[in-house]
Amino acid sequence: MAEIELKTAPADFRFPTTNQSRHCFTRYIEFHRCLAAKGDGSAECEKFAKYYRSLCPGEWVDRWNEQRENGIFPGPL
Amino acid sequence: MSFTGIFHFFTNSPCDAAEPWQLGSQDAATPMMQGIIDLHHDIFFFLILILVFVSRILVRALWHFHSKKNPIPQRIVHGTTIEILRTIFPSIIPMFIAIPSFALLYSMDEVVVDPAMTIKAIGHQWYRSYEYSDYNSSDEQSLTFDSYTIPEDDPELGQSRLLEVDNRVVVPAKTHLRIIVTSADVPHSWAVPSSGVKCDAVPGRLNQISISVQREGVYYGQCSEICGTNHASIVVEAVSRKDYGSRVSNQLIPQTGEA
Repeated sequence: MAEIELKTAPADFRFPTTNQSRHCFTRYIEFHRCLAAKGDGSAECEKFAKYYRSLCPGEWVDRWNEQRENGIFPGPL
Repeated sequence: MSFTGIFHFFTNSPCDAAEPWQLGSQDAATPMMQGIIDLHHDIFFFLILILVFVSRILVRALWHFHSKKNPIPQRIVHGTTIEILRTIFPSIIPMFIAIPSFALLYSMDEVVVDPAMTIKAIGHQWYRSYEYSDYNSSDEQSLTFDSYTIPEDDPELGQSRLLEVDNRVVVPAKTHLRIIVTSADVPHSWAVPSSGVKCDAVPGRLNQISISVQREGVYYGQCSEICGTNHASIVVEAVSRKDYGSRVSNQLIPQTGEA
């Protein structure tokens, strides 16, 4: 029975209100910008990946991944 | 609180689901709900004070407005002192009400500690799906499940009608949770009265609520935003568990085994 360490995306002071949609979107963008800056598979970017996976619903992530593949992602990657 | 029989003096059965003819709130499971109940008691005290005072004056005025008993009505139209008093005094009472109210309001928004866990509650027509994504190492969710209400003709003995679901949300007790509520189609609302939680699930928006369930138990809630034909049937049920770790790893292993 492994002890699961409970850790998740911390409360971000940039998004203090109830609406966290921008928080999720920002983490996703930060991850991909980090990848672009540091190269794929970089360990530092894994932190951002965990954050956006915790916050964003799977459907949103899938849709954005698809948009990125098709080059129509509406964000500053 | 309901006591089940005279032989169960020391059995507590907390009220965490709606009871028939229930007047008061359900028992609090989080500090926020306890704060709401305490505020309610504070306000209720002043409410009773004002109610008794106003009723007394009203009844007294009607009683004395009897032509046989009081044939000459009074013709007092001014009275500076009493007018000042009856203006100042009622404006002090809302101040007594406002102090605990604002204290609770701002303490609800305070971020004291970072949450330890994030659970996503996604509303659909007409079921819920929950995602626990803190543990996955790729974009595939590690723990996602749908939660359907058990239909009316199906429940087992002892289960509440239209309040039970097949897969309950399991959360660890005494842990700061962040619940992200959203919807995949139409607006819903995720509500658990014993935890003092009601949060609208709006498509395209992530609403965050923080709770920390203080005791183990099963808490029931219902969808609180009309969402179609089976609106009455969506249910939220959270079980607070000390041995959450083992419970989740049991569910994780089959998932990651398949993934």
